[in-house]
Amino acid sequence: MAIDEGLQSEMQKHGVYVTTWDKLANWGRGNSIWPLQFGLACCAIEMIATAASRYDIARFGSEIFRASPRQADLMIVAGTVTKKMAPQVVRLYNQMAEPKYVISMGACATSGGPFHTGYNVLKGIDRYIPVDIYIPGCPPTPQALLHGLIKLQGRIKGQAFVKATAAKQAEYPIPEFGPNGLLPTYSPEVFSPAQQATPPAQAPATAAPGAPAA
Amino acid sequence: MLPAPEELKQSVEELLPGVTLTLESAIFWVTPNDLIAVCRCLKDTERFSLDHVANLTAIDYPAEQRMDVVYHLYSMAKKHGPVTLKVQLDRNHAAVPSLTPIYRGAEFQEREAYDLFGVIFEGHPDLRRILMWDEFQGHPMRKDYVPEDQDVPSG
Repeated sequence: MAIDEGLQSEMQKHGVYVTTWDKLANWGRGNSIWPLQFGLACCAIEMIATAASRYDIARFGSEIFRASPRQADLMIVAGTVTKKMAPQVVRLYNQMAEPKYVISMGACATSGGPFHTGYNVLKGIDRYIPVDIYIPGCPPTPQALLHGLIKLQGRIKGQAFVKATAAKQAEYPIPEFGPNGLLPTYSPEVFSPAQQATPPAQAPATAAPGAPAA
Repeated sequence: MLPAPEELKQSVEELLPGVTLTLESAIFWVTPNDLIAVCRCLKDTERFSLDHVANLTAIDYPAEQRMDVVYHLYSMAKKHGPVTLKVQLDRNHAAVPSLTPIYRGAEFQEREAYDLFGVIFEGHPDLRRILMWDEFQGHPMRKDYVPEDQDVPSG
């Protein structure tokens, strides 16, 4: 239910504050996001800097990095997600309580970054879990991470609180180790590969993955 | 102080009759059969005391059907090094004696070279993959390895 802005402002002048349940609840939870404490690569160093005194993520209420996924509501995927680490990341995400959010920090977590042609790196964590905020950079500066956090707070404040908390815990399938990489290579429920207008010329379209007969 | 490369080559060859080192700038080429004897000599001779394998890796030369294994030996006792040893192998049957019985620190490095390059280290106590998962097939640092297309659902 919307409140008349003019009336609200008029009443505030007389010391009467009117709000909605959604606004109040979202103000509270938006300013108290507890991130999951884990880092994967150099982005984690920037995340640590963000949490330390100079950039001070506590100004935005997110200083409580929890070591257990069951106590956290934000996963900051800070760094390169290798194929070997990806199942654990998805498992941690599954264990977080609803409502939960994901920030993909940096080029690697978003798309594989400089390692996207490698044999060992996942081309973006959004292949397996839904991502709310993507932060570009290699690595992103602490300011960029804070900007992403503020964007996430804006997103949370725009949600209907009842809907967000009533959302059923979604279990996303945990990929398994295959002979060349993870199986499946992405979860169709959260990701579909971009359609390429023309296939890249250098990619051997017919070559089967794996080592040729050695 | 470590002797000059020519002097080192000469002393090793004197200590080990029948062994020939080929010196190429500062690299000593060793045949796979001589490797164990040469390393034992470099480690146990008091003057060299090369007791530490700082680096052990492989290089793939697909055009020449060649696989080189490189060793960098240092001395913790004498604070000198490195001594670079290279072994040239056939790419299709890349097998070399393991240095793990001599240098315990070579164990994980040999497992890494096996995992990524497919070099077989004969006599290694526990030669299995160390970085890639057990189900992985192939050796991804070989230059003819084709990574999977992650946009194809089945890989």
